[in-house]
Amino acid sequence: MNSASAVANTPARLPSLHRSLAVFATLTAVLVVLVLVSSANGAVRIPFSAMPHVLFGDVLTDDEVLWRNVLMQVRLPRVLLAVVAGAGLTITGTAMQALFRNPLAEPGLIGISSGGALGAVAAIVLGAPGMFWLAPAAFIGSLLSTAVCYQLGSRQRGMGSLLLAGVAINVICGSMIGLFTYMADDAQLRSLTFWNMGSLAGATWSQLAFLAPWTLGLSLLLLREWRALNALLLGEREAQHLGFALKSLRRRLIVLVALIVGPLVAATGVIGFVGLVVPHLVRLSLGADHRWLLPNTLVAGAIALSLADWLARIAVVPAELPIGIVTSLVGGPFFLWMLTRKMR
Amino acid sequence: MKKLCCALLLSLTTLVAQAASAPQRVVSLGGPLTEIIYALNAGDRLVGVDASSLYPAAATKLPQVGYYRAFSVEGVAALNPDLILATDQAGPPQAISQLRSLGKRVIVLPSAPTLEALEQRVQGVSAALGLRDDGGKMVAQIRQQIAQLDIKPSGIRTLLVMNRTGKLEGAGTDTTADAMLKLAGARNVLASQKGYKPLSAEAAIVLAPQAIVTTTMSLNTSGGLDAFLALPGIAGTPAAKARRVVVIDDLLLLGFGPRLAEGLATLKTGLTAPVTASR
Repeated sequence: MNSASAVANTPARLPSLHRSLAVFATLTAVLVVLVLVSSANGAVRIPFSAMPHVLFGDVLTDDEVLWRNVLMQVRLPRVLLAVVAGAGLTITGTAMQALFRNPLAEPGLIGISSGGALGAVAAIVLGAPGMFWLAPAAFIGSLLSTAVCYQLGSRQRGMGSLLLAGVAINVICGSMIGLFTYMADDAQLRSLTFWNMGSLAGATWSQLAFLAPWTLGLSLLLLREWRALNALLLGEREAQHLGFALKSLRRRLIVLVALIVGPLVAATGVIGFVGLVVPHLVRLSLGADHRWLLPNTLVAGAIALSLADWLARIAVVPAELPIGIVTSLVGGPFFLWMLTRKMR
Repeated sequence: MKKLCCALLLSLTTLVAQAASAPQRVVSLGGPLTEIIYALNAGDRLVGVDASSLYPAAATKLPQVGYYRAFSVEGVAALNPDLILATDQAGPPQAISQLRSLGKRVIVLPSAPTLEALEQRVQGVSAALGLRDDGGKMVAQIRQQIAQLDIKPSGIRTLLVMNRTGKLEGAGTDTTADAMLKLAGARNVLASQKGYKPLSAEAAIVLAPQAIVTTTMSLNTSGGLDAFLALPGIAGTPAAKARRVVVIDDLLLLGFGPRLAEGLATLKTGLTAPVTASR
């Protein structure tokens, strides 16, 4: 284990501690500013200067009562859910890319998202009316599909079979979602669209009270795996030679990823792109050392989804855009620009 | 005399009070409700509508808060309404409760395609706007108009298809389209199917409809009447051979609002007329 940490500690391009800390501090500051700006902006305009009074004041005008209600019941839970979901989706994306040694990997690859969506869709179409079973069904769906994927994929050595099992599970889940969509009546269809595009609307404090500590706690556990993830960059056999027990490592990582992403899918539906692209953006500027990559992607993911949610809320006031459209519309071209700049 | 004066005065004050408390800033979440509001001559009180409010044309000029099934809570709140009228399909459900928790008055009205639900919609909207009498008149008028149509079950085997995306979809039971066919006295050949489903060309030929109903938008998507009649599954039916096709405006067919009788009249004439009826 000693030799392992020695090698893993010195990847090819080691960014200085100084630089990594500076990036982390900058990203955190950007996130804080973004959360503040995003909380003040929306269809209901709340003057920045009025914010402290609206939140903590005693005597309120009619306008201020509305502002406080909008802030406390609609906007803040949503802004914070964007932070939590963005952070969780991105840090797991980073881990998946290292685990599979594949730049196209994201949490959805091993069936977490499609399984969650399938669970939710099944609950909508087959279940009793009401939203009570929706989140549990989505969570169970995501865990089940991940477990099946892992069972099938880990019978053979190497990550390749796991990846293929994931592709197959995603196809099966997708077709079953299609089948349920076909069976659904008009009212059920409207609930289904939510799962296909993802949405942060309808975030509640009770949801956050569970999601925030859950996601953050498990993300800390994932942060502790940075040495193993660095070793995996060298290759599976090399990692094994360095003393990492590959099988248990793989299981540990997948369980962590599934536990982080499952409840997020249950709360927001399928939000793609963030977990795939943000890790690349951070890696382009920081290099591949997971010691710094993981915490920075955590914050960068929170920034990315907060930004997307903010744009979704202010772009077509008084209506709003589905968040999935914004993440790909803004993120895609930006990512291309980063890539071409890097290649030059 | 004094008593009478008192009563008069009392009713006058309630009238005034009613007028004062009648909501003046209304957001409508659902096309049929918007149509009722305009039909009650209260369109000027609307400050926002949803994306399905396409009739009358004036409604499309108002700020839109998104589609009624996925409307923006903040968007509605930002218009500062004193009343929100929503169909029971508006949502998602937590969005309605969020609006209420913001202290907004939300009235949810039934959306079912039945005469009773239509009357409840009209009565509900008019009562909420403080126009109960006008609502009562409108309901009576709709009843009278439909009675005048004197529709008897004709039993004409009818296929109702829509073409929204380039693929034909047939209307089964539990749809507004099916309810309209029933009210117009026709027999839906797709009665064994539930909801809108992709139309199987072979099944359409086997079902041998005598008449076909479709909407203006569907016909445009298909590329005109002749292209529509040549579509696989349509071409082989007796209805296509006799060119007995009823083309009816989408909202008139599916709106199930104050213009119900007009829609039924178009359907009735079209189904019984020997040649293609069009509107």
